[in-house]
Amino acid sequence: MSIEEIQNEIIDEFSMFEDWEERYQYMIDLGKDLPLIEEDFKTEANIIKGCQSKVWVHAALNEDKIEFTADSDAIITKGIIAILIRVFSNQPPQAIIDADTSFIDQIGLKEHLSPTRANGLVSMVKQLKMYAIAYQTQLN
Amino acid sequence: MFNVEEIRKDFPILSRKVNGKSLVYLDNAATSQTPQQVIDAIVEYYTHYNANIHRGVHKLSQEATDLYEAARKKIQEHFNAKHTHEIIFTSGTTHGINLVANGFSSILKAGDDIIVSALEHHSNIVPWQMLCERTGAKLKVIPMNEEGNLILSEFDALLSKNTKLVFLNHISNALGTINPITYFIEKAHEVGAAILIDGAQSTPHIKPNLQELDVDFYVTSAHKICGPTGVGMLYGKEEWLKKLPPYQGGGEMIAEVTFQKTTYADLPHKFEAGTPNISGGIAFGAALDYMNAIGFDAIQTYENELLHYATEKMLEIEGLKIYGTSKHKTSVISFNLKGIHPYDVGTILDKLGIAVRTGHHCAQPIMDYYKIPGTVRASFAFYNTKAEVDALVEGIKKAKMMLS
Ligand SMILES: Cc1ncc(COP(=O)(O)O)c(C=O)c1O
Repeated sequence: MSIEEIQNEIIDEFSMFEDWEERYQYMIDLGKDLPLIEEDFKTEANIIKGCQSKVWVHAALNEDKIEFTADSDAIITKGIIAILIRVFSNQPPQAIIDADTSFIDQIGLKEHLSPTRANGLVSMVKQLKMYAIAYQTQLN
Repeated sequence: MFNVEEIRKDFPILSRKVNGKSLVYLDNAATSQTPQQVIDAIVEYYTHYNANIHRGVHKLSQEATDLYEAARKKIQEHFNAKHTHEIIFTSGTTHGINLVANGFSSILKAGDDIIVSALEHHSNIVPWQMLCERTGAKLKVIPMNEEGNLILSEFDALLSKNTKLVFLNHISNALGTINPITYFIEKAHEVGAAILIDGAQSTPHIKPNLQELDVDFYVTSAHKICGPTGVGMLYGKEEWLKKLPPYQGGGEMIAEVTFQKTTYADLPHKFEAGTPNISGGIAFGAALDYMNAIGFDAIQTYENELLHYATEKMLEIEGLKIYGTSKHKTSVISFNLKGIHPYDVGTILDKLGIAVRTGHHCAQPIMDYYKIPGTVRASFAFYNTKAEVDALVEGIKKAKMMLS
């Protein structure tokens, strides 16, 4: 599925929730299910220090697509990471470079991608794009 | 009579809704809310008196100067400083600390020691580190114990004739511990060291008597005491303020300027370069008036009651651990739920309209001591209620249910 298709699927899923509690409970559960990043990849180099919560991201090129794994020490942050990974992982670099994250607003989680939140997520999105740019250069 | 419901009517913001819920504001240690009386003082200033001070011959300037200087006098009386000119208006605690640290850079030399406590706010650590880099002096740290109390015998052991300066906060912002500052002041003076106390967390709760304490420097911010942001005070004993060089150059702080030499103005203007936060200074005075009308004894009694009520209720929640359990503490509760990140708890509480602080509270060394990423901190003011404590407790239970 393309990034846009996945984003629309997520928007559909979230539209079923009646209130913030259901939305958050879903995210928390997603956070719990997120396949953890391998301990070996939880390195200083892979860490994004968000002041409030920490985020680790690891990227690897699999044929012509990027596979991301990630983790956080806070579960709500992890839930949002799970959503971002679902959208961006296993996609070609150029698609990742071109994608936007406005679907986050549509599912009512905008506040978590605010730079003032200091949870590492804004930097994480930037990091995903950086990886994509790096791999795109490599593929060219 | 202390009547919290009447008091709450003075704070327009307390009737705000947040995320569709009534605001429960429990982040008072970061910034206190502002009563209408203080807001009025600011509005009144800009409506009737706005002018630059200390330099105009005209009526407005004269009136503005009078109001500003009357606020300084109020602050002097509130803290019982000996002289009005020992009160320096600053932009806040951080500014006051930097002003003193900068002043000491011309006094300290290699081989001298500065002692700070392990309970410090970052703003109380970084300026001293910078000072040490500039002068070659050494920074020594008074360690804390599990309850969040400073270990006095360790402080005694650090003191020597090389100790030139001691700094610590009166009350810790992260844990709420009330430090026995009279002990530190006496001991520092015994070895001839100066002592600066950070009163950012104490002045909202108690009324320190600076002459009786015999402290050399004392700093605070108005925004912690129901006043506006961007203004605070540095108290310094006259002899110390005379000794320290000015911090910034500019208008107001000079007596005479030629290109050969400038002579500095007398205290307090020597340390007040440029146009100050005039409305802020005046509103700072209004905030002290407001607090004094309620009375610090009544405030303290009520806040202690809230603290005990909240501590008891919160400890009933299984897996909740409170950090900072000193017998001497103010109405601050730093806590974590077992296995749950403080950021997650804070996020759920925010959804419920409850404002708390999460993170390391600018006191990373304390978090390192406990080996935790941070805490959730609820800090109560005299306008908080038991019903709000109940809302917090319910909120924590809900967060625990959702997150575990
Ligand atoms: C103990 C302590 N010191 C210093 C500060 C810094 O105060 P300000 O930001 O007003 O300069 C604070 C405020 O958070 C504090 O709690």
